[in-house]
Amino acid sequence: MADSAAPAADLLPPRFADWFAQRGWSPRAHQLAMIKQARAGRDALLIAPTGGGKTLAGFLPSLIQLAERPPANGPKSLHTLYISPLKALAVDVERNLGAPILQMGLPVIAESRTGDTGISRRQRQRVKPPDILLTTPEQLALLCAWEGARLYFENLECVILDEIHTLHASKRGDLLALDLARIATFAPRLRRVGLSATVDDPEVIKAWMACHEAPSQLPSLLRGGVGGGGASPEPTNHGAIAELTPPRPALSPQGGEGYSIDLIRGPPGAAPIVEVLLSQGRVPWSGHTAQHAMAEVYDVIRKTRTALVFVNTRFQAEFAFQELWKLNDDNLPIALHHGSLAAEQRRKVEAAMARGELRAVVCTSTLDLGIDWGDVDLVIQLASPKGASRMVQRIGRANHRLDEPSRAIFVPANRFEMLECQAAREAIAENKLDGDPPRVGALDVLAQHVMGCACSEPFDLLSLYDEIRTAGPYRDLTWEDFEQVVDFVSTGGYALKTYDRFRRIVKGQDGLWRVRNPQTAQRHRMNVGAIVSPAVLSVRIAMRGGRGGRKIGEVEEGMLEMLEPGETFVFAGQVWRLTGVTNLDVLVQPAPGADPKMPSWGGSKFALSTYLAQRVRQLMCDQDHWTVLPGDVREWLEAQRDRSVIPRDDEMLLETFARGKRQFMVCYPFEGRLAHTTLAMLLTRRLERAGAAPLGFVCNDYALAVWALNPMDRLDFATLFDEDMLGDDLEAWLAESFMMKRAFKGCAIISGLIERRFPGEPQKSGRQITFSTDLIYDVLRRHQPDHLLLRCARDDAATGLIDVARLGQMLARIRGRIRHAPLAHLSPFSVPILLEIGKERSPGQAGEMILREAAEDLIAEAMQ
Amino acid sequence: MNDVTPRPFAYAYAQAACGSLLTEIGAAQAMLRCSGALWLAAERTLVVADLHLEKGSSYAARGQMLPPYDTRETLRRLAAEVEILAPTMVILLGDTFHDRASEDRLAVQDADSLRALARGRTLVWVVGNHDADGPRALPGDIADELTLHGLVLRHEPRAGPQPGEISGHLHPAARVKATRGSVRRRCFITDAERMILPAFGAYAGGLNVRDAAFAGLFARAPIVGAVGASRVHAVGWRSLAGD
Repeated sequence: MADSAAPAADLLPPRFADWFAQRGWSPRAHQLAMIKQARAGRDALLIAPTGGGKTLAGFLPSLIQLAERPPANGPKSLHTLYISPLKALAVDVERNLGAPILQMGLPVIAESRTGDTGISRRQRQRVKPPDILLTTPEQLALLCAWEGARLYFENLECVILDEIHTLHASKRGDLLALDLARIATFAPRLRRVGLSATVDDPEVIKAWMACHEAPSQLPSLLRGGVGGGGASPEPTNHGAIAELTPPRPALSPQGGEGYSIDLIRGPPGAAPIVEVLLSQGRVPWSGHTAQHAMAEVYDVIRKTRTALVFVNTRFQAEFAFQELWKLNDDNLPIALHHGSLAAEQRRKVEAAMARGELRAVVCTSTLDLGIDWGDVDLVIQLASPKGASRMVQRIGRANHRLDEPSRAIFVPANRFEMLECQAAREAIAENKLDGDPPRVGALDVLAQHVMGCACSEPFDLLSLYDEIRTAGPYRDLTWEDFEQVVDFVSTGGYALKTYDRFRRIVKGQDGLWRVRNPQTAQRHRMNVGAIVSPAVLSVRIAMRGGRGGRKIGEVEEGMLEMLEPGETFVFAGQVWRLTGVTNLDVLVQPAPGADPKMPSWGGSKFALSTYLAQRVRQLMCDQDHWTVLPGDVREWLEAQRDRSVIPRDDEMLLETFARGKRQFMVCYPFEGRLAHTTLAMLLTRRLERAGAAPLGFVCNDYALAVWALNPMDRLDFATLFDEDMLGDDLEAWLAESFMMKRAFKGCAIISGLIERRFPGEPQKSGRQITFSTDLIYDVLRRHQPDHLLLRCARDDAATGLIDVARLGQMLARIRGRIRHAPLAHLSPFSVPILLEIGKERSPGQAGEMILREAAEDLIAEAMQ
Repeated sequence: MNDVTPRPFAYAYAQAACGSLLTEIGAAQAMLRCSGALWLAAERTLVVADLHLEKGSSYAARGQMLPPYDTRETLRRLAAEVEILAPTMVILLGDTFHDRASEDRLAVQDADSLRALARGRTLVWVVGNHDADGPRALPGDIADELTLHGLVLRHEPRAGPQPGEISGHLHPAARVKATRGSVRRRCFITDAERMILPAFGAYAGGLNVRDAAFAGLFARAPIVGAVGASRVHAVGWRSLAGD
């Protein structure tokens, strides 16, 4: 047991101390604190800035334990499991871990295992596990679904969860939490370690990663209970702060539960230096490309050693890359990196980056995480940052040295984004982060997990229920829901009991549930995972005879929908002409020099964070604060003040005016495109009933505009925006909406209702679902509207696709605080949103209207 | 279908009040119903293709527990059409059952619905590739194909010119594109000489009419009748996209 004042010498074995000394390093306080945690057998969440030796801090205790263990006489077993959200990160950490192991000559084998790992290596890893296995949540789920999982994990000492903030608030996080509960059952000594650089609320992460005690467990099994004696480390005198979590009631009201994760904080890194590019030119009213600022961005790159240029969408990346190369008279090595590029091409860019050969990489969130490149000295964020935490993560990519500040420049693409960038800059300076709220575990993920458990070994229903409730997201799972999930896994969970003879899992004479046959288990294992990726098409160079040649990348289905054959577009940094689309291939030919058409941006998939939105509203209404803004943006705000209204930060401004033959209503909730789109859908239903005859709407992150035939300035806005719109109106709209169908498809795949892959068939694309889930949705909704999967789909749609919770908070926030400005003309604020009319698709309006339009085309065609 | 010149061609079609599309096939008047059924008013004959009854349980037997309501849903929609139109003849144009054991898996209630279909009218089971023998215990006539006032009704369309042929089998579906995006629907497809019906079954998927399987069946650019929520939309070849 480590003494609270133990010096480094007591914690670090000589071999390790020498290794530090040889490199001229001394162990950091939080690295020693992590060793103490391990000695005390306690779980830990380490929050340390990028460049602070965080990964080493996570692995040091395991390396020491492994170095000190007596020579094995039996077969080796897995000691430490490392989980990364990215395959590439797992591989990168494997490489980084290799150095200390080699240099100290440690008898330790550390190996990565991802979906890309070769079959023979994966098979060997199952039979002969390494000491340290570095892998992803999906591979862990797979390992847990194999027969013999219990034996495989029984001697596991430590699980390390890296970049934990990106994992927890998602279905992947649900699945990982369940698998943690599973391996904790197998490995009684298991210690949990979380690593992160950016955490807004450590309690949320702690609750997610902890082992919660289910009420029916015996008190003797409680870990870290009151009076745990010497097991509790005291705050150290090394500067790291160990915040002890006393056993306390979990967030659930039942009481009697508790968990214990100690928070270790590394020293704060140097505060980042963030600037907002104020642009010599005018800041545009509208748009997302920041084209106006490209010359300035290029100039910054010229003066920088290596810059990462972050953008929010793949098309933005393509666009920025094109624009920078148009200006690139110096022929600077500027590269492109995003998720649609062929893997081989991405690897090339990463390798060139690692060798320090590049001056800039234009990239999307694919480079948000992990891989350590050291030499980046500037991060440029093109267009809206959307949230403070994401920006801190991205800024952390610059400069992996702790004591030097990271540098970043924000480049707003329009005027509202100028406000947003300023607000983000200030939030980062104050170290205020926005984060994901805790989530309740999804039942489709649970269904997959239950099936996985049955595939590995027979289970007892009650024991499994208790085990599942030790996982944070499922600690409040009711027995009824659990039973429903098991029934679903077995027979589909239908009121019409015709599938009893086809059960996938069956209860044996011994009272245990087991998988029906090995084929069923094999099929389950092929479909493990909680990521449902959209169907993708390969982009290939067209060959003679309409065949596809070399693959240059992949695009999501629907991304090229706006393009016609013969039209040109940019992809992978070049201009191509679309020649056609076959089943799974987009065929293209090089079209150098052609002026490419820009497909719809589709906006950013990230919504403006609630916290940042609030800061934007505050900045906007605080006139003294406007001095940080460039002249033209200030003038714009002043014009808004003079011609319309600047709302208070707790008000929502709503403007009505006529323009041409149309009547407009524009409001500014600042709640993100998703919540605005939902609001607009519901508002138009209500406006229809109110006789306004709405014709259309458009939304962005800040505002929404509805236009109609009849004036709307006399409407009762309190009633129009009443929270009761989230009742019947929402349900009626949602039931018919394509969002529900999309959500249902995801749930059907994750829960195992639909299988993506079959034995003997390599997966070619997400399209290869044998079945249209829309058809199933329609039938199920009519015949069993309370089915488990419909519940799941509704929850998913309400959170992920339409952001009902945020809309609800907003409606509550603005109750009695709608500031109506009836205007004789459009306002300065309304210009950006009105400029977006016609540029953006509103998918929810499609369907019948498209058919009607096409039918009219046919009539015109016949009349020619 | 790439060899078909997409040129405008005047078809005789009109929208009926109920949203159905009225057209001609050979010399017969045909009403393309929103349900995906074909109504031959002069003969008081209702034609539906590719019901694929018990497709759900067929998947369940292999471990994919699709909702077991597909047969009920399909027969409910068929019964609704019979109720409205009061046909003297109902023609099931093949692949009525998803597999050869489907009939044995029918719930009692669903078998009763099928028997009710034959009561007081002629029920014809044209056989298809999934149900080559026709039903064993259920009432109705079994036929390989059927000639009806100059029309030939068979499951699988034959190659070459087939004036007056009405078939199914291919499950035609159309991706209709417009400036705002595209939408994919089951559809009728016809060049006024022959016609292929959409699959009527609740779980029957669709094959894009631009697929090679449709190539060569039509002498000129056909039109499709895309099945919408309350209307069958006539859509020209130019407005269609591949998947």
